[in-house]
Amino acid sequence: MWSRRSCRYRPDASGLEELRARRREQESALRKARRQQQLVSKRLLREDSLVNGDGQAGVEIAAEPLSEQEVLQLLRNIQMGTEERKKLLSRLRQGLQHKETQQKFVRLEGSMQVLIGLFTSSLANIQIEAARCLHELSHSSDPAVAEACLPATSYLLTYLSGHSVEFTELCLYTLGNLAVESDAVRKRLLPQGIIPTLASCIQSPHVAVLEGLGYILSQLLQAREAATKIIPLVLDSVLPQHMLRLVSSNLELGMGVAVEFSWCLHYIVCSHVNNALLISQGIVSTLVLLLLELASMISKAATEGLELLICPVLRCLSNLLAEDETDGCKVQIQDERLLVALFLFMQYFLQQHPFIVQECLWLLNNLTADEPIFCSAVLTLDLLPALLQLLPCSRMVTLLALTVLCNIAEKGPAYCHQLHQKAVLPSLLSTLALSDAQVVGQSLELLHLLFLHLPEVGLSSGFQFLCIVQRLGNHGGKLTATT
Amino acid sequence: MARDGDIHRHLYLQDILTNVTEVTERSKVSEFCCNIVGCCQVFDTLEGYEHHYNTLHRNMCSFCKRSFPSGHLLDTHILEWHDSLFQIMAEKQNMYQCLVEGCAEKFKSSKDRKDHLVKVHLYPSDFRFDKPKKAKSSTKHSKPPSKLDASVPMDVNVETYEQSQVDSMEICPSESVANPTQPVSGPISSLQEKKLYKSRIPSTICFGQGASRGFKSMKKKV
Repeated sequence: MWSRRSCRYRPDASGLEELRARRREQESALRKARRQQQLVSKRLLREDSLVNGDGQAGVEIAAEPLSEQEVLQLLRNIQMGTEERKKLLSRLRQGLQHKETQQKFVRLEGSMQVLIGLFTSSLANIQIEAARCLHELSHSSDPAVAEACLPATSYLLTYLSGHSVEFTELCLYTLGNLAVESDAVRKRLLPQGIIPTLASCIQSPHVAVLEGLGYILSQLLQAREAATKIIPLVLDSVLPQHMLRLVSSNLELGMGVAVEFSWCLHYIVCSHVNNALLISQGIVSTLVLLLLELASMISKAATEGLELLICPVLRCLSNLLAEDETDGCKVQIQDERLLVALFLFMQYFLQQHPFIVQECLWLLNNLTADEPIFCSAVLTLDLLPALLQLLPCSRMVTLLALTVLCNIAEKGPAYCHQLHQKAVLPSLLSTLALSDAQVVGQSLELLHLLFLHLPEVGLSSGFQFLCIVQRLGNHGGKLTATT
Repeated sequence: MARDGDIHRHLYLQDILTNVTEVTERSKVSEFCCNIVGCCQVFDTLEGYEHHYNTLHRNMCSFCKRSFPSGHLLDTHILEWHDSLFQIMAEKQNMYQCLVEGCAEKFKSSKDRKDHLVKVHLYPSDFRFDKPKKAKSSTKHSKPPSKLDASVPMDVNVETYEQSQVDSMEICPSESVANPTQPVSGPISSLQEKKLYKSRIPSTICFGQGASRGFKSMKKKV
């Protein structure tokens, strides 16, 4: 999966037009995603045909959808075995790329049974082709089509204990697509033993299998009923310790694997079902070390898609830090190098993926909220200028940066003194001038803390700020009280 | 907060169609034959061979030549079908283990286990990897030509090794995959006619003088 993804970014001869088309596609997908309440993410494994007629590697010629009669005829021919069945199944599979054909197929009486029969046959090539047909069906946007695949789930699960990498991968993604589809599917998968099966499967050494497994697990963990029905089962199994192992091992080969399992960990952590267990298994140190490693990768060479891995890891740590003290497992991070890593990420991703900046700041906030150690580290490692540079960015970033500054200021006069020395006040002037009420409010909070701990500063620059009061209207009351 | 990260993840998941310029992972090699004695399947990709081997040879019962998708199912099969000690012990205690991973239940009989699979684990009642042991194990099964027998499954277990070889020859319409429990909707008669002149080719017959017994048209055009 991951290696397929990185191939996308290679420029090719017909590049420009294709790039534009792809960008349009992405933008429309982005707009659509923003409108949705819940993101349903299915994955499609579809290979281009390796060769076409004249021996050149080429794109699979997009086949037309099949009519009901054609589907019926194909199925009959397959049953009778008059022609080469693999070719027939191939033709069916191509047709099943189209929603209309999918719908026609599932409506034909007996069609699913035929397909499942082929899927469970002992002829390997037939089986794989039938599996590909099932996969196309699982990916359908029509829920009725996906649910028609339900009778296949016991077999899909059985085949997960097989040894063929490609076939297992296909089964995993098919199951994953079905699992995303509906409660009804998951209500069947759970009693059929999907969690124990995945727990065995995770011991496979094959990257493709692991990535597929991570995918399906990540989808299960996002289900509405995950916190009550799924996560407890997962935590009860060997899955968490393997996830922790896979998230940090061998990033060169297994980036795709690490991405999937880091999102899995995120979904588990933010459900707050039993984070004490994960903490006892060393999740905090594992993730901190992972971030440090990723930071070092950034400074070496550009790594495509790193933000996909960093985002959930940051969130995990943030959520773990924010947990109330349970069973005496208060999360404590001591490694100051983490700060450097965070600032590196923020600098690197500011232009392309600003959401990473927000995630980093959120973690920074949670780190600095209680522990003075990180507050001093920000100052001693001279990271303050970088933090101040973030103030004029987007609203969310500004707000978070101000909150971090407040956390530092709150620690006492010594900290405020440092802040003042490093020119925080001028930056505050600009944030106070912004129109957003929350930003202004947070700025005032910071100002209040500074004046509280450094009264002499309040006296000397108070007048400047009083002028601002004139312009602030109803916030003015607070500022006046401060000065 | 930071929903953008989730959207990014969502787009990543959606965006994985393989594209034209991708280097295909499937490397082609020159044609080769399956190593197993008596199996003449030919392959031109390693993945194709791997899957064939895993489906047919890897978990094969040496007693009755049935193939199973996993070592676990093979072990269960050998225990229940070929182990006389098992039969003796089964009279005294529950020996039939549930097939679902993670379920430790054991049952007095194969039927009880099947009921459990269907009721508790929502398995299909015709799950093909849970066939009760036949009184006489017979690898031949003759089909009533009058109608498609609803009870005959497309069965990995029932086929013998030789049968699958026959299939791979594709000489005649194979029985191995062609039997749904219901015919696809449409007139049944055309299917019936076909069945009447279906015949099994004995494994000892070899077509052509010294010809290899594989079906060569597996070759992909390059």
